[in-house]
Amino acid sequence: MWKSTKIEPASPHDLRSAFKRASLGALVALGLFGPLIGLRSDQGPTGALEVTPRWSWLAIAIAAVFLGTFVRALLFGTEPVVVEGRLPKSMQRLIAPVGRLVAPAILLFALAVPVLFFNNRYLLDLGILVLTYVMLGWGLNIVVGLAGLLDLGYVAFYAVGAYSYALLAQNFGWSFWICLPLAGMLAAFWGILLGFPVLRLRGDYLAIVTLAFGEIIRLVLLNWQSFTGGPNGIGGIPRPSFFGIPFNDDEDGFAAVFGLPYTATYRIVFLYYLILGLALITNWVTLRLRRLPIGRAWEALREDEIACRSLGINTTNTKLTAFAMGAMFGGFAGSFFATRQGFISPESFTFTESAQVLAIVVLGGMGSQLGVAIAAFAMLSAFELFREFEQYRMLVFGLAMVLIMIWRPRGLIASRTPSAFLKQPKVVPAELVREGRA
Amino acid sequence: MNATASSAAPEVILAVEHLTMRFGGLIAVQDLSFTARRGDITALIGPNGAGKTTVFNCITGFYKPTAGMMRLEHGDGASYLLERLLDYRIAKLARVARTFQNIRLFAGMTVLENLLVARHNPLMLASGFTFLGLFGVASYRLAERAAIEKATYWLDRTGLTARADDPAGDLSYGEQRRLEIARAMCTDPVLLCLDEPAAGLNTRESGELNELLLFIRREHPTSILLIEHDMSVVMGISDHVVVLDYGVKISDGTPEAVRNDPRVIGAYLGVEDKEVETVEAEVGL
Repeated sequence: MWKSTKIEPASPHDLRSAFKRASLGALVALGLFGPLIGLRSDQGPTGALEVTPRWSWLAIAIAAVFLGTFVRALLFGTEPVVVEGRLPKSMQRLIAPVGRLVAPAILLFALAVPVLFFNNRYLLDLGILVLTYVMLGWGLNIVVGLAGLLDLGYVAFYAVGAYSYALLAQNFGWSFWICLPLAGMLAAFWGILLGFPVLRLRGDYLAIVTLAFGEIIRLVLLNWQSFTGGPNGIGGIPRPSFFGIPFNDDEDGFAAVFGLPYTATYRIVFLYYLILGLALITNWVTLRLRRLPIGRAWEALREDEIACRSLGINTTNTKLTAFAMGAMFGGFAGSFFATRQGFISPESFTFTESAQVLAIVVLGGMGSQLGVAIAAFAMLSAFELFREFEQYRMLVFGLAMVLIMIWRPRGLIASRTPSAFLKQPKVVPAELVREGRA
Repeated sequence: MNATASSAAPEVILAVEHLTMRFGGLIAVQDLSFTARRGDITALIGPNGAGKTTVFNCITGFYKPTAGMMRLEHGDGASYLLERLLDYRIAKLARVARTFQNIRLFAGMTVLENLLVARHNPLMLASGFTFLGLFGVASYRLAERAAIEKATYWLDRTGLTARADDPAGDLSYGEQRRLEIARAMCTDPVLLCLDEPAAGLNTRESGELNELLLFIRREHPTSILLIEHDMSVVMGISDHVVVLDYGVKISDGTPEAVRNDPRVIGAYLGVEDKEVETVEAEVGL
């Protein structure tokens, strides 16, 4: 099953099988690219669709596939090439100390970003976006990575947090620091509400129900016009203040109070540190919880639910707390989103968001905090990097996902660090850890 | 447990009365009554499909019995009707621990973590249901240290100390069986239910298992109920044997008595030709 093939000089037999394989590849390419590349549809002068065939383009694409498959089959044989997941022991030893420094280095960099790029508004905004997704990823990681409950409707809690903040701040005029915990609590409450009906479900069935839940929340927000403003959303959400000092150019504004020249960047920098702080709290709480009985019960639940019950663990409560904790952090992130944007509408909380956060968690390695952070950074910066490619952006993104899943089928950091040890902690290899279905 | 109980007439720890379990039209267990005495090793044996594991699943709450009563007596006067409790409450309140026929460990967690999960309920209490533990209060750290000490004790007894930090999924089959018993013992059970603990073990390993079970009986206030096919285990260590066949109890007594019971021999080896002839004559064939 898992074997690496040796490279040997090509024999006539290999040539024949390589040719066969390449022809097969070309045939598949013909079927795939025929309509995609071979036919181009344009709007003609009368407004009707006109189809222009592009045979030369199609021929080039198929030839490329044929040649690529042929060369690859000659070099590596027709067996699928499997990249060794684990490095040799000597390499591991060399990399280990560097690996320990990765997390602190990233943290230092994250702290320094507003200082380094103070004048680059674009990068600061991107940083805030990345950190929001890091926080969402860490929140979802509790549900999916630790408790092994596949949740496709995570954005619902993000939405609940955002709308809670917006409505509380607008209707009651409460400050950000009062609304934030309330929004978190409300999101946790909705997490428990979702948890109850899905307690008996696992794996795919759970995923479907959570998906539906996410849609229900979005549709309610869209249609309950008198309360949520419907598709018009909620605008004019109060901006955050520096503990009561607003970020404006008034005499009692942030710049004036601290004797600094006024720029709008202070507010962005404050938002940056705010989301960084919230994300770090999420991380700290998750890391602590993993070492507490509840965290171990979550992981045990992911590994084997029946064994959990035989040890006297109330699996109902365990699942509900996992949903509630994940939802709470989603709610925090949501209220941050609301205060940053100043305007929210149901459009921001579509299924795509859930899928993206889930992709970050899966890509990073379920259960790994560092992996999720790296994945969020890589994915969102790649999105920005490929912005010029416009419609090809999603193509590149999909291709990258496929390649990474071939290269590291269990995410960037798939191994698990034990929560307790007797003599020395040993990393649990990814093959043994169960994922995604409790 | 008080010493008088074990020296005097051993009292009953588990009384199963008229237990019946039906799955649709199939009667897996029919009107089964037996008792297990405190401090004893009680074996439940029978040919494949006799309903042994069904009985276990009823006792540990994984199945809800169709009819019947199962009373578990703690030594201190507390008694529990198991058919009325949920599975996790049977483990938590009635303190019945079990192992599984097809081993169910937390493969992705280390051996030590597996044992710490078994201390979930006391640790949960000590961590103030997570709220206090989040801030690292001293009482939780003490409780965790005590849990690790208990785990170390059982690791030592099961010969797994050297493997404490290895993932449970990496252990050999025999080690996994022992870890499952250690994990069940970490919950401080009153009754330990073992579902075929010797399955897949070699002679030396099943000898070690016998010693472990005898050690538990000697040193701990835990009574044992086990399902087993390996007769060297059943006959070697059990005090009391209950034999099931097609969901019905066919024999009950000491290992010697059961071994010589013609109905047990019949169930396992089939009956002699003469008996078949008698029955055929009776039904008029």
